[in-house]
Amino acid sequence: MAIRGITNAYFLRSAVNAIRHHQGLEELDPLDFAQILDEKLQAIGWDDSYLSRPVNEGFSGGEKKRNEILQLAVLEPRLAILDETDSGLDIDALKTVAEAVNKLRAPDRAFVVVTHYQRLLNYIVPDFVHVLADGRIVKSGGKALALELEEKGYDWLRPEAAIA
Amino acid sequence: MKEHFLAEYRAFAENGGGSSRFPAWLQQLRARAIAQFANVGFPTTHQEEWRFTSVQSIAETPFSLAVTDAAIPTLADIAPLLIGGRAAPRAVFVNGHFASALSSAQGLPDGVRLGSLAGALAAEPALVEPHLGRYARFDAHGFTALATAFLADGAFVSVPAKTAVEAPLQVLFVASAAGGHPMWHPRNLIVLAREARATVVETYAALGEAASLTNAVTEIILGDGARGEYYRVQHENPNAYHVATTHSHQGRDSALETCVIALGAALSRHDVTAVLGGTGAYLILNGLQVLGGRQHVDHHTCIDHAQPHGESHEVFNGIFDAEARGVFNGRIIVRPGAQRTDSKQTNNNLLLSRDARADSQPQLEIYADDVKCTHGSTVGPLDPTALYYLRSRGLGVAEAQALLTYGFGTEILSRIGVPEVRTQLDRIVRERLHIARWQQAS
Repeated sequence: MAIRGITNAYFLRSAVNAIRHHQGLEELDPLDFAQILDEKLQAIGWDDSYLSRPVNEGFSGGEKKRNEILQLAVLEPRLAILDETDSGLDIDALKTVAEAVNKLRAPDRAFVVVTHYQRLLNYIVPDFVHVLADGRIVKSGGKALALELEEKGYDWLRPEAAIA
Repeated sequence: MKEHFLAEYRAFAENGGGSSRFPAWLQQLRARAIAQFANVGFPTTHQEEWRFTSVQSIAETPFSLAVTDAAIPTLADIAPLLIGGRAAPRAVFVNGHFASALSSAQGLPDGVRLGSLAGALAAEPALVEPHLGRYARFDAHGFTALATAFLADGAFVSVPAKTAVEAPLQVLFVASAAGGHPMWHPRNLIVLAREARATVVETYAALGEAASLTNAVTEIILGDGARGEYYRVQHENPNAYHVATTHSHQGRDSALETCVIALGAALSRHDVTAVLGGTGAYLILNGLQVLGGRQHVDHHTCIDHAQPHGESHEVFNGIFDAEARGVFNGRIIVRPGAQRTDSKQTNNNLLLSRDARADSQPQLEIYADDVKCTHGSTVGPLDPTALYYLRSRGLGVAEAQALLTYGFGTEILSRIGVPEVRTQLDRIVRERLHIARWQQAS
């Protein structure tokens, strides 16, 4: 989704201030925010080349994904759902995104990572793995379960397979 | 209707027609113009060019020329309207009359003129005569004919060959009348000679609430290799009527960047004609309209590629709230022989209410075969997907709407090269859109 005319930095500041406003905190002025943004970028090891561009305008698939991670770093949600974050990413982009996610992992923040492939989980090592089929969790386990899935596929977990 | 204006003209002419020191050719030009106005009168909605804009309310209002002895505002009054502070070069007009006490032409390079056209007509008509009235034709346009008949004063900007003026030159028209139906017909002439470079900002603003009529004509001439930037801001009071014609003519390899902003007036109509009259001329013609209430704005633009290798880029964005109405007609002509022309036109209209309306009409007339011309236009509400995107990142409904709307405006404003101009317009547009202080862009 491209937002015309609005730079990333401006959008992020508006979003952060909307959240702060809701929380009863004082809004950040452009200078304060620039400093915070700088710290966030350093934390995830990125430069500021995204900031002055309009949100998602002319972004490649990889750039959009990276931009989402930047939003994640700045908006600091307590729960983040990464839905097929690995789709359409080459290995280098996948690593970059995964590294940033790892840096944002914290005891008070949960990530739900949705993926079809084990590959992403080499970089984002999960605490729990749940297998979802027909809208229900059919199997839960640790990171070993993901490796097992990579080896055996999903068929053995299907409800009808379990009955038979 | 037109009889009232003809009577006003007779009174004006008997009073000396602005100045008895004006040259004879100007008197003749005015006489031809009033004869033409008597002939064509005011346009009606039966005419294609005026189909969406009725000027009946103007034709039926007994406007009279504003008197010269109106109270002159102080520098403090106009300070918020100035670009670049109190020392910046400017020509200020109050109710159409030159206010020398508020104007300043200090610190400009040798030979640069910034001041009253009437003064130039009296003192150095040779600088004016080759250009004045040569470009803004009045044969088919009643308002331009009327403006030419009442031609008495306005701004004169002249930059000699190979001279660069760094500071933006501001031409400010302030309407200070509190009541009645005053009218003025500002006539501006901007001449950048060969390889000259300058930025001109033409501002129309109101300190009073009178239902005044501004009927302005601006002619812009760029010599070969000249580089000009022209910004025009119309924020008249909500009772005012504003009719304007801007006509630019560019020489070989010249570049002109323009942006016209319309925020004010009950009814405004602006005809912009840009002629790329030399090979390799480059033109940017952008526009932004932000309207609410029952305001009506009509832009008719015509980009005339008369010579080969020309390039033009036009983007007009309109934001219409409440019962506001916008009209855009964008004509692009590529003359026979104007090969390798590259022309791109975009008109986007944002409707913020169910009762707002916008009409967009591109008009391409291409008579050469090796050209690249594209155009596109949109009319519609805020994109629900974009709103969802912003809301899913924590913004409330009102904030998300304001941000998207503002983005529509900054898309135009961010292209303005002069920071002082961009900052001032950004502030004005934010005020109009009620964008909170903490949301400002910089």
